[in-house]
Amino acid sequence: MELEHEFERVVAADHRVEPRDWMPDGYRRTLIRQIAQHAHSEIIGMQPEGNWISRAPSLRRKAILLAKVQDEAGHGLYLYAAAETLGADREDLTAKLVEGRQKYSSIFNYPTLTFADVGVIGWLVDGAAIVNQVPLCRTSYGPYARAMIRVCKEESFHQRQGYELLLTMMRGTQAQRDMVQRSVDRWWWPSLMMFGPPDTESTNTEQSMKWRIKRHTNDELRQKFVDMTVPQAEKLGVTLPDPDLRWNAERGHHDFGEIDWAEFWQVVGGDGPCNAQRIAHRRKAHEDGAWVREAAAAYAAKKSGEEQVA
Amino acid sequence: MTERASEPAAGRGPRSSWPLYEVFVRGKRGLNHVHVGSLHAPDDEMALRNARDLYTRRNEGVSIWVVPAAAITASSPDEKDPFFAPSGDKVYRHPTFYAIPEDVPHL
Ligand SMILES: [Fe+2]
Ligand SMILES: [Fe+2]
Repeated sequence: MELEHEFERVVAADHRVEPRDWMPDGYRRTLIRQIAQHAHSEIIGMQPEGNWISRAPSLRRKAILLAKVQDEAGHGLYLYAAAETLGADREDLTAKLVEGRQKYSSIFNYPTLTFADVGVIGWLVDGAAIVNQVPLCRTSYGPYARAMIRVCKEESFHQRQGYELLLTMMRGTQAQRDMVQRSVDRWWWPSLMMFGPPDTESTNTEQSMKWRIKRHTNDELRQKFVDMTVPQAEKLGVTLPDPDLRWNAERGHHDFGEIDWAEFWQVVGGDGPCNAQRIAHRRKAHEDGAWVREAAAAYAAKKSGEEQVA
Repeated sequence: MTERASEPAAGRGPRSSWPLYEVFVRGKRGLNHVHVGSLHAPDDEMALRNARDLYTRRNEGVSIWVVPAAAITASSPDEKDPFFAPSGDKVYRHPTFYAIPEDVPHL
């Protein structure tokens, strides 16, 4: 009980819990699940955009896109490392992902049909991720918070390159402007779903807020994202596909339409446009890399053997 | 990512074939190396290369150390109070302990 008291004191004082501190099992489990899911999202998130690397319209755009996708791999690795400080095993986490036993963000189960999607993902999807991640820089678990600080520093480039890409297309031909608008139409609602189910249905929120893993509810963050994005859409010259979207002076926020939660649960449940493809691709990449991992391990073993003999 | 030393559970499950390394980066000349995170690699050399790709993609460093996590010995949080107690009652180690008249210059 003294240990539990100390844990609660650290959390209440807004200090950070560190890996070797005592922590409740539920806190550890919740964190492993959340961090793993977050790491998987970064890794799976490379696929929709990676789809366009070979077909980027210029060397400049290709270099930018490569750098961004490489960053997402890095984010995944920072987060897997944070999960490992809690006793999770990397190989085990990867196995759980490719076996479909752990989830990742549903947004990456939508296809990237045009190059405008690369811009819209940077603007809206990375934009929503930033809104989610900035408060996590102060989450109560030290290694997670530190990973998020690194991630947030890099996300700003992601969002800006996306917005700049869209600005460029909006200055182009009518066909390009239409392509941007259609892309916004497809990504807007899934982006809002990135914040998770409404507060009334979110089972984990209350305990996570108490442990200060989470700092804001799903609906608070979603509202913040909408309020931030509306003026950006105006500047860009696109219409957000929601007839109910309007400023509410009384609330000091934008009202917006009802999200299609049936679609959300369907995609979370595995039945989105690309779920099977994403997992199959990740599994293949992992299996195709097996010989590299084995060769590197064999080389390392041989070398350390030689050193011991010498 | 930190303070994992002598914790057999973390990152050392039966399926982990590559050992865990802790990564320290010197941001620029004149500064200490600071712990930035960890990674898995088959050997020291690959750990260094992976650390460069993972932790210095934007000129974050001029020098990197990688250390096998298993080689780190850490103090235990459980004995934190007794372990650091010897410095707790030695106020005379701080300059503010000494009363000096205000008109003494440069002290
Ligand atoms: Fe990311
Ligand atoms: Fe990103």
